[in-house]
Parts: sequence; structure tokens; C-alpha cells
Amino acid sequence: MMAVGLHHFLVLSALLFVLGLLAVITKKNAVTVLMGIELILNAANINFIAFSRYVDTDLDGQLFALFVIITAAAAAAVALAIVLNIYKQMRSVNLDEADTLAG
Amino acid sequence: MNYFDLTFYVFAIGAVVSAGMMVFSRNLIYCAVGLLFALASVAGIYVLLGADFLAATQLMVYVGGIVALLLFGIMLSVKFTGVELRTGTLQMLPGLMIAAGLFLLLVRMVFRTEWAVNQPGEMLPTTSTIGKRIMTDLLIPFEIASILLLVALIGAAYMARRERT
Amino acid sequence: MIVDYVVWIILLPLISFTIQIFFGKRLPRQGDWLPTSVMFVDLLLALIVAGKVFSAYDPDFRIARSFEWVVLGTTTIKFGLLIDNLTAVMLFIVTLVSSLVHLFSIGYMHGDPRYSRYFAYLSLFSFSMLGLVSVDNFLGIYMFWELVGVSSFLLIGFWFEKHSASNAAKKAFLVNRVGDVGMFIGILLIFAITHTFNFDEVFGKIASGEFAGALLTAAGILIFCGAVGKSAQFPLHVWLPDAMEGPTPVSALIHAATMVAAGVYLVGRTFVLYTETALLIIAGIGTITAFIAATIAVVQMDIKKVLAYSTISQLGYMIAALGVGGYNAGLFHLMTHAFFKALLFLGAGSVIHAMHHEQDMRQMGGLRHKLPITFVTFLIATMAISGVPGLSGFFSKDAILAAALGKAMETGTLYHYLIFATLIFTAGLTAFYMFRALFLTFYGTPRNQEKYDHAHESPSTMTIPLIALALFTVIGGYGSWFEELIRKPSLAMFSTGAAQEAAHAAAEGAAHGAHTIAMVLSILFAFAGIFIAALYYYWNKYSAEAVSEKFAALYRFLWNKWYFDELYQATAVRGTLLLSRAMGWFDLKVIDGIVNGTARMTTLLSFGSGTTDNRVVDGLVNWVARIVGWFGATLREIQTGKVQAYILMALGAFILLYVIQLAMV
Repeated sequence: MMAVGLHHFLVLSALLFVLGLLAVITKKNAVTVLMGIELILNAANINFIAFSRYVDTDLDGQLFALFVIITAAAAAAVALAIVLNIYKQMRSVNLDEADTLAG
Repeated sequence: MNYFDLTFYVFAIGAVVSAGMMVFSRNLIYCAVGLLFALASVAGIYVLLGADFLAATQLMVYVGGIVALLLFGIMLSVKFTGVELRTGTLQMLPGLMIAAGLFLLLVRMVFRTEWAVNQPGEMLPTTSTIGKRIMTDLLIPFEIASILLLVALIGAAYMARRERT
Repeated sequence: MIVDYVVWIILLPLISFTIQIFFGKRLPRQGDWLPTSVMFVDLLLALIVAGKVFSAYDPDFRIARSFEWVVLGTTTIKFGLLIDNLTAVMLFIVTLVSSLVHLFSIGYMHGDPRYSRYFAYLSLFSFSMLGLVSVDNFLGIYMFWELVGVSSFLLIGFWFEKHSASNAAKKAFLVNRVGDVGMFIGILLIFAITHTFNFDEVFGKIASGEFAGALLTAAGILIFCGAVGKSAQFPLHVWLPDAMEGPTPVSALIHAATMVAAGVYLVGRTFVLYTETALLIIAGIGTITAFIAATIAVVQMDIKKVLAYSTISQLGYMIAALGVGGYNAGLFHLMTHAFFKALLFLGAGSVIHAMHHEQDMRQMGGLRHKLPITFVTFLIATMAISGVPGLSGFFSKDAILAAALGKAMETGTLYHYLIFATLIFTAGLTAFYMFRALFLTFYGTPRNQEKYDHAHESPSTMTIPLIALALFTVIGGYGSWFEELIRKPSLAMFSTGAAQEAAHAAAEGAAHGAHTIAMVLSILFAFAGIFIAALYYYWNKYSAEAVSEKFAALYRFLWNKWYFDELYQATAVRGTLLLSRAMGWFDLKVIDGIVNGTARMTTLLSFGSGTTDNRVVDGLVNWVARIVGWFGATLREIQTGKVQAYILMALGAFILLYVIQLAMV
């Protein structure tokens, strides 16, 4: 086992990213889909910070990650509000049933 | 094996397993808990990467705030009293295939690319640096972020308000 | 100068016709004075023309004026007038008789509902006849020929309310048509060979020998066909007796004096056209006609019918005369016949008028006391036609018989002797039936007392013409002016043709020798006829009825006019009807069948094309639409409306693109 380096972090980030993606794609419940999105964002954050440490000289990566966190929070708040609205309309948060855009 | 690597693997495996639980569990609360532990693990990863301020922020915002929010969301959107909805999965197979494909691609990209790797310096506290940077170089993004949060706050509050009947 | 007069002579009646037909009714007295006075003016002009022409006293007198009418490439059709002694005589005859008939009609047609139109038709007829005798070409004579036919149709069928009258008019026109067809073919034949219609040019071609032989004979016979029709010769004589349906003055004008004479005039005018063969045929037909008609006249009871058959018979004489080379004799008889036949018809008209339109002689008798003027004039005419010496009729008939005998002596053939014998015998018959008519009408006791009592002499408008014509009948035969001025046309006039000239000269010579014999025989037969008639009808020594019973079959044969009408009805008429029915069937079944078949085929075609359009074309269109729809429906499945599905698809595409990009690198 080689010493933990950039690559390990990148692989970890990729893995978390994919798992988050999986959640987004496969989950029926809207809230769980939001969870997936959070996971994706976090995976991206790991990427930024890893690069910031191993490639960059300053903390640009970390700053970016900070703003990502802020934005993620805002997004989560709005998204939940939408979900609650959907629940009020459809009496369910099952994304399967939200198919009014179906052709 | 030094402590660094060990800590990394602990946190890494913790994050992955928790994420896995979040993804593959049918129980909504299990999903939320899984997310919680995953984000906490990620905070640990941040520490390993020398981002101390970020790790703290992560814990406060994500774990404290967002997960709580999500839990509230779950509670408010469940039809049957007491029973947590078992949420099914759809198109698991195609999803797995895509996910696997994408993962492979990413890994390939990671190992193929010649990253300009510098030797990492010693870990210094980042808080002050971040604070300084925010207030000077990144003032405008900071302000915009504030506005964003304000708007999100107002918007979410408005959207989720109780209708007057 | 003369030409101008002639032009006016022809045009004046045309003008009076035009005025009369349009404005006649509105004129005072319905305009009877207009055509009548015009006609008398014409008579005056004709006398002037005759005076001028005869003053030259030249048998070869000839004025020809023509203008170019139609130019067809290299041939030119000329049209114009030909004035010679014959023309002058004809003009005189036509205008004289026509004007007297006009005058007579004023009295006779008094009170008729279509009074004005009658005079218009008389004018039209006069115009046609005057034009006919003056033109110088075949086409022109044909045009006027037809005009005369139309005018006579209108006049014969004047009282068209009577079926018999309208039928008679139709019969006259159709029978004439048969003859006219032959004439027209003859004219075309002449034109085809000589490339001209002009008389003098054609005669020149004949004289020079360009136009001879079988074709010339054929042309001559064909032209003669027209004369057969118009002059009521056998076998086209059947229309004339029926034409008595017209008003009696019309019969006088048309069927006694002028129209029927047109045929004789035609033969006379175109005399050089006829070869020896043609002349034989002409003589034969003329003789046959004379004989048949006379036999039928013997048994007739209607006074007009007697005169009608008499006319046919006398026309036969004229034609026969021309046929045996008695050119002068035939035309002379034409002139004298015009006088006494017109007189006879007008006299009969006077009788009929007096008897309130009774025409059957069995109802008459003893009328000489009641109608003195009519009687005397009628008597004069009867004597003339019978050949009583001293009257014009005697001279002309005598000349014909002399010519016939002369020809017979010249050729020595049985044929010609037979002709002479028949003509002599027929002369006897003529005297017989004419005096029979005279005795039945004017002598004896009245058979219908009531009608007799009402009878009275006719008004002067009717008696003056009678007297005038009687005058001409008496004096018309005297003087050799006719014989000297109207000479048989010799080819020498047109070029140097010696042979035919010599033959004709010989014939003339022979005729003179036979003159005396013929004269004696004709007087003999005439008086024999008169005597026999007197026996039966004057002294009533013998009974006519007894004879008719004894020879019942013969009587019936004659009474039914030799069954000619029945024969024609069974053959020509029935044949035409059958043909028309066949044509009608053909048209209905075949022609209409073809039309309907075409229509059906079109319908089928359109149905086929429509089906193709429906099935094939629309099918193609529908199929394309269906494919598009299928694509749409299939592709629609992608739009699940589920966000996660879309994300999946996007990622899938991304991976795909990435892989492709790697492969391309």
C-alpha cells in the first residue's frame, strides 16, 4: 500500500461522487434525492481541498469549497421548500408520481 | 503505515460505508443517519487535508443544519403516522451501470493525468487566512453569497408557508 | 341600252316583291295595285326591248354582257345577261301573261285573308322567271331555276290550311328536285370539262370538238332531266295535276304559260348541247308524255285537271318537237300555248268563280248563257288547242307535226315514224277531250240548277285579261317573223363545225316537204276528234257512261292516271321511308352506342384512377404518417416525465461521448 497521496483523495472523491449520483438516479423519495445532491457537492469539495493541498500553494481551493458549502445550504433550503410544496399538491413525495411532464 | 494513512483509511471507509447506507437503505431515517455520518467523515477528511476551518464549518452547517433540515423535511412529508415510508428504488440496474461506468472513467482520468504535484507543506491554521481573503479578495463573492442566503431564506420561507384557507 | 332595259325588267318585280312582302298589308287595298302596275310597266319595257331587238330583224342577233363574279385561282366565274331574239320573245310572253294574271287575281282573290302576300309571291315568281330567261350561264339559270321552284312552292301551297294543298306543294318541290339533281350534275359535268358556266363559251368548246362524244351526250341528257322535272314530262309529270290545288290564276301563270315552259326554254337555249342520241331520248320522252297525258285527260271530270293534263300533253309536244329537230316549231308552240292555255285557265277560273268554287264539270252545263264572255274566249282557246285552222294553235301544232314527219322521212327509222303517228293520234285526242270539256261546261242543260241560278259573269278585272289573251290567240300565229327570227342555233355561230350544221340543214329541208302531208293529216284528226266529242256530249247520240262501263278496266286505268302515283308511292316513297328508318336505327344503336360506350369507358377510367388515388396514393401518405406516428409513439416513451430518468440518460450520453472521444484519440 503506497503512502496516501493525492490520488487516494481523488479516488475517494470519485467514489463519493458516484454514490451520490446513484442516490439521485435511483431514489424514489425526493428528500433522499436531495441527500444525494449534498453528497455530490461534498465529493467535489474533497476534490478542491485535495488539490489545494497537493497542487496549489495558497488556499484557493479551500475558499472555493467554502462557497460551495454556502451555496449547498441555500440550495438545500430552497429544495426542501419545493419538496414541501409538491407534497402539498400531490400528497406524496414520490418522484415516480411527479411525471406531469411525461409525453 | 503511519497514522496519517490510517486515519485516512478510517475516515474514508467510514464515509463510503455511510454513503452506501444512505444510498441502499429503504428506511428514510437510515438514509438521513447515513448522510450524517458520511458528512462527519468528510469533515475528518478535511482535517487530514489541513482545512481546519472548513472542517468546523462542515460540521456546523452540514451536520447541524442541513441534516436537521432534511429530517424535518422527512417528518413533514410522510403520509402515514408513525410508520416510516419504505422508499423503493427505481431503475437500480441502469443506475448502477452508469455509476460504475462513470466511476471507472473518473478513476482512469485520475491515474492517467500527470498532476503537477507539489510536496505539501506543513499544516498551518487556515482560519485567519481565509478570513483575510474573504474580506479583501473575495469580498464581492462573499457579499453575493450573503444575498444568496438571504434570498434563499425568504424564498424558502415563502414557498413553504401555510396557505390561508 | 337594251341591256339596261332588261336589267330593269328583271329587277322591278324583285323590288315590288320586297316592298309587298314587308309593307303590303299597310298599303291601301293591301297593295294589289303595286305588283300589278309594276308588271304592266315590265310589259311595256319588254315590248320596247322586243321592238328594239326585232327591228334589227337579224336571226343572229346577240348581245352578251357579263361581269366577273367569282375568281377561283385560275378559273373565273362570269355572270351576265344574254339577249337575243328568243330572250326578247320570252320576256314578252312572261310579262304579258304575268300582268294579265295579276289583273285577273284582283277579282279572283278578292277577300282572301292573305291577299297582299299572294301578290308578293306573284312578284317573286315573275322576277325568278324573267331572270331565268335572261342569264347567260348555267349557274345563273340554275339559281333562277331554283327560285322559280321556291316561288311555285309558295304559290301552289298558298291555301296551306288544306292538307291537299300543302301536300301538293311538297310533291311539286320534291319531284322537281329529282329533275334538278340531274340538271345540277349535268352542270357540274359541263364545268368539269369546259371550266366555264357561260353558254357561249361552252357552245364554243362543243363546236371546236373539245367537248364531244359520250360525255356530251351524258351532259345533254342530265340537263334535260331538269327540263323533265320542271316541264312535267314523263316520268316526273305527277306533280302538275296535284298542283291544281293552288288558286286558278296561279295555275294559269305557272302551269300554263311560264314555269313549265322553262324546261322547254332550257332545251331550246342549250340546243347545241344535244347529240343525236340525246335528241332521240328527248323526242321519245316528249311523245310518250304527250300520249299518256292526253289519255288521262279524256276521263277527267274536274275542269282544272283536264287543263292540267292538257298542259302536260302540250309540253310533251314541245319537247318532242325539239327532239326531232323542230327547234322553231317547238318554241313557236311554246309561245302560242302560253296564250291559249293561260286563256283556258283563266276562263276556267272565271267559271269556277261564277259557280262559287265548284270545279266538277258534272255540276256544270249550259253556262254559255250565263257567262257569255267567258264562253266565247274559252271557245276560241279550245279551237286553238285543237288545231282548228286559222288560229295560232293550228300553225304551231302543224309545224311540230311537219317537223316530226320530216325527221321520220329523213332518218327513215320506225322510231321516228312511230313518233309522228303517236303525235297525230294524240292531236285527235286533244281535240276530243278539249271539246268534251267545252260541251260539258257550257252546253246542255244545267246539272246543278241551284248553282246555275247563282252564276253570273265575272267582273271586268277578270274578263279583260280573257279578251286580251283571246286576241293574241287569234293573231299570234300570223306573220313569219317568228320563223325567221328564231333560228335553230347552228354551230357555225360559235365556230366552224360543218357536220352537225349540214345535218340540221337537211332536217329543215325535209320538214318543208312533209309540211303539206302533216297539215292535211292534222286537220283530219282534229275534226275527227271534235266530231266524236260532239257525238257524245253535244248531240248526246251516244252515252259516255256506256263506253266507260264497256271498257271498265281501261277506264279505271285511265281514271287512276295510269297508277303512276301509286307506283311512286310504293317504290320511291316507301323506299325513302325505309332508308330513313334504317338510318335512324343506325344512329340510335350504333352512333349512340359508340357515344355511350365512350362515356362508360371514361367512367371506368375515372373510377380506376380514383381508386388508384384512394388506395395507392392515399395509402402511401397514410403509411408515411403511420411511420412517423410510430416513431413518435416510440420516442415518446423516453419522455417519462421523471427527472431521474433524464439525469440517467444525460449521464449515459456523457459516458458514451467520453468513450467515443477516447477511441478517436
